[in-house]
Amino acid sequence: MKPATFDYTRPGTRREACDLLHEFGDDARLIAGGQSLMAVLNMRFAQPGLLIDIAGIQDLHYIEDRGDYLAVGAGITQAELLEHPGLAEKVPLLAQAMPWIGHAQTRNRGTVCGSIAHADPSAELPLCLTALGGEVVLEARKGKTRKLPAHEFFQGILTTAKRTDELITEVRFPLGQGNERYRFREVSMRHGDFAIVALAVRICGDRTDLTVGGVADRPVRRSMTGNDARASWLNHFAWSLNAQDDAHASAVYRRHLVRELGSRLIDECSAQKDDTHAPQG
Amino acid sequence: MHLKADTRHRVTVTLNGRERAGYAEPRTLLSDFLRHELGATGTRVGCEHGVCGACTVLVDGRASRSCLMLAVQAQGRDLQTVESLAREETLNDLQQAFRKHHALQCGFCTAGILISSTEFLTRVSRPTETQVRDMLSGHLCRCTGYTGIVNAILEVAETRDHEVSGPTDKEQENNNV
Repeated sequence: MKPATFDYTRPGTRREACDLLHEFGDDARLIAGGQSLMAVLNMRFAQPGLLIDIAGIQDLHYIEDRGDYLAVGAGITQAELLEHPGLAEKVPLLAQAMPWIGHAQTRNRGTVCGSIAHADPSAELPLCLTALGGEVVLEARKGKTRKLPAHEFFQGILTTAKRTDELITEVRFPLGQGNERYRFREVSMRHGDFAIVALAVRICGDRTDLTVGGVADRPVRRSMTGNDARASWLNHFAWSLNAQDDAHASAVYRRHLVRELGSRLIDECSAQKDDTHAPQG
Repeated sequence: MHLKADTRHRVTVTLNGRERAGYAEPRTLLSDFLRHELGATGTRVGCEHGVCGACTVLVDGRASRSCLMLAVQAQGRDLQTVESLAREETLNDLQQAFRKHHALQCGFCTAGILISSTEFLTRVSRPTETQVRDMLSGHLCRCTGYTGIVNAILEVAETRDHEVSGPTDKEQENNNV
């Protein structure tokens, strides 16, 4: 369980990193915190020729409130975002969901953008980004940037719209609004394990958004209005996700969780008055 | 900086307060660098994919998996391993509490758990049992069933907190009765 050989480089600027990506293409992999990639390398599921470590790029190290969204640079670890003052008021869903990411020992190094780039369908951050309708900012050579909404960025299991010559520089989480309420919950074998099913609910007036992770090949969000019959709406949603059996849970159990836990979470979220004091877990 | 594969590069770190240097290929894991190059064999290597927690060390004060980090990424960093805890021949309070509460049997997971607990207790001075168990969820122990570990950590938290802030109001009340 040791990685195969690779060259290692630590560029000091985004421009340098993008030039390297352009030059080496498929043969290069980006590493920041390495909490997903290192396991992949150790098991030799990936054998890149070059590892580009972006942890040394100082201007990717920021968390900025830009009025309608919270911008998180690619250098920010999950622990840093979780400890960011005022996170529970700014993006309440993140404050609820992030303690469920891995363990404290992996959040200390794992980055926010790294988890988004890895695009594990059961991971919490892709779920949150999808639930909130956030964006991913990508940069390529010569300062060419583009923005993609979460639902276009995530394209399947460990698959995203990021091109091999692009670097995620930032993700943007829309700020919570006063009239919105949020709840997050997940079921896993042990706390910190991969989610069997993870759910995020957002209620705004008459509209309820439910986002489901861990079932389909990417997080999926659907909206329900007051006119929909909840039980049948949840049942349709659960069946539409094309759940699969695996070692951890059957497809039947996953659909059951979407229906039951979804319904409970919607109830809890409706009953909740002040989002900032929502219990965690 | 571009480090070639198959070539050993000099890596300098501060290990338990002392500057140390060794050589590592780009693919060398920090866990192997610590054990084989610097001789710090207190850190154990278990699963090598970040699940078991045995190899946990402090990197710039934060508990991290040394199997999920390259030695070359540790260049210039401050590392703290289990060897830093005891003073001369005397175990520190956390280690003594582990011994008292039978918080270890085979001991393979212990170095990592001691290191995580060390960081945890600097961050959370009076943790609840739930918080301790949440921190421990990042470690696998197949011997103890965790009960002794939880008790040891809670006891140390209470003792250290007493030393800093004195007994709580409630405890003061009980003492007066």
